[in-house]
Amino acid sequence: MAEVLKVAMPKGRIYKKASALFRAAGLPIPLDVDETRKLVIPLPEAGMEFILAKPVDVPTYVEYGVADIGIVGKDVLMEEKKDVYELLDLGIARCRMSVIALPDWTPGIRQRVATKYPNVASQYFREQGQQVEVVKLNGSIELAPLIGLADRIVDMVETGQTLRENGLVELNSIFEITSRLIANRVSYRMKNAEIQQLCDRLQQVINAGAQL
Amino acid sequence: MSKPKGFEKPAGVRDYLPHAVAKLRRIEREVLACMDRWGYRQIMTPTMEYYDTVGVASSTSDQKLFKLLNNRGTTMVLRSDMTSPIARVVSSLLKEEPLPIRLSYHANVFRAIEEEAGRESEFFQTGVELVGDDSPEADAEVIALAIESLKAAGVARFKIAMGHMGFLNGLLQEVLPERAEDQGSLKQDLLNRDYVGYRGTIERLNLPEEQAGKLDGVLKLRGGREALEHAQSLSGNTLAQSSIRHLGKVLEVLDAYEVSEHVMIDLTMIGDFSYYTGMIFEGYAAELGSPVASGGRYDKLLRQFGRAVPSTGFALKTNRILDGVSGTDIPEERPILVQYTPAFRKEGLQKATELRAQGYIAVTSVIEENDHSEVAGQNEHQPPAAGKLLNKGYQEIITFK
Repeated sequence: MAEVLKVAMPKGRIYKKASALFRAAGLPIPLDVDETRKLVIPLPEAGMEFILAKPVDVPTYVEYGVADIGIVGKDVLMEEKKDVYELLDLGIARCRMSVIALPDWTPGIRQRVATKYPNVASQYFREQGQQVEVVKLNGSIELAPLIGLADRIVDMVETGQTLRENGLVELNSIFEITSRLIANRVSYRMKNAEIQQLCDRLQQVINAGAQL
Repeated sequence: MSKPKGFEKPAGVRDYLPHAVAKLRRIEREVLACMDRWGYRQIMTPTMEYYDTVGVASSTSDQKLFKLLNNRGTTMVLRSDMTSPIARVVSSLLKEEPLPIRLSYHANVFRAIEEEAGRESEFFQTGVELVGDDSPEADAEVIALAIESLKAAGVARFKIAMGHMGFLNGLLQEVLPERAEDQGSLKQDLLNRDYVGYRGTIERLNLPEEQAGKLDGVLKLRGGREALEHAQSLSGNTLAQSSIRHLGKVLEVLDAYEVSEHVMIDLTMIGDFSYYTGMIFEGYAAELGSPVASGGRYDKLLRQFGRAVPSTGFALKTNRILDGVSGTDIPEERPILVQYTPAFRKEGLQKATELRAQGYIAVTSVIEENDHSEVAGQNEHQPPAAGKLLNKGYQEIITFK
């Protein structure tokens, strides 16, 4: 008997793309699920149960095994460093992690970097041999250089629209980001057949270059 | 940091209250008894060891060891596993003991806490080491015993994944000869369980299609015996081939043990390179999010202590099993209360002694002159009679007055 896969899905930006990918892979996921406000959604036809989570919490659910698999951006995986399997690059929600500043930025004596990703930022600047003070913010990171809280920021850049509107420039990119399929260490064994089957189907869709 | 409150304790350690201890002891007892029946004799070693001996030899990374200084300024460690202390004992006190040596243990071990996910700084391991036998039979024996131990501990649904360090080493040697750094990054990707990163690294290496295909093929080497056949065709390297043959024989022996339905092959699973040298395995329980058992062959460890003999073994994460095994709560045996007035002290205490000799749990209590300390003998759900204490779950109350 096939077991139900508990899938931690990120609410928001990535959700629609991920569910579209699942549909393209032939999984019967009703469209109205996209609009629901329920947090746990049984999908018996697909042999799944969606758990709608805040994106940064997806790796936590998966690491503890309350979700068997999950979909989450590489940015979160890099920041959270959870002990999970990273099975598949889904190729959706493509963007990049970048260092951003005002166009006239020059390195000052005391450099401050504001970010939602303090671990990523600290590690990056440490590896660059730069001495910076990392300030953790929870949103509107672009504000920091404008009002003088920090001289640079580390943040996700998708189209660059927000940066342009705020007169900021991308100094350099740290790594590329796409959404990944992750799996719990135990589920990956105990529900190996189900997870492998899902992986294979998703892989086919990704290889076929489905436009989502 | 502010001064801790009186009831606080450090992160990563925990108290075990009586009902948890009862359950933990039961698991420990059942598992050790099982190991006993397989001829493994229990051993105890010190909690503290020298950093330079056991600390360095252990598979735990340096920053995860608890280090302390003794009064002479020598660095000590709290043991982070039982394998290295046992290697030390086998190479010293048991040096003359003929091989193979079978030892079992149940011990608390210490690792500096990482992050969340219930990782503890102090936890219990119950395990075995089989020293001095490098045959597939020995590897199969520890896996079969791990399966028996999981059953004895009350874990109903579990799986064992088995791999081999030699296969990947051999394949990498064949595909990327003399490129230790590239080999290292591929291994690191697998160790991080990062398949996406692994594929990315292959792409970055810009290898001819055939070579890249071989490396990519590793990710599919999971499943039953057929995974071994695929592996065999993937690499002609001698080490890779002999590793696969070894695993094949281990599987054969596990068939004979009639436990192979619990075992799956996973050649993407690799352990710590500096430690494990051959077969490695992990055990997973359906109810728990992280592995409950791990083990494998470590043929180079004992050499560090001066006795170069091959070894294999495993450890159960006993307190993780405790968290996950449900429905095994032992009905607590309720004590008999013997209460007496000072005049009947002798009679009361004698009665208690008698009861204890018969195997009952007996507790005693004195009834003071004012009579307010007498426990009522009636149903615990009824309010106690005036001036009497409530019956707190005694199976019987015997009163001498």
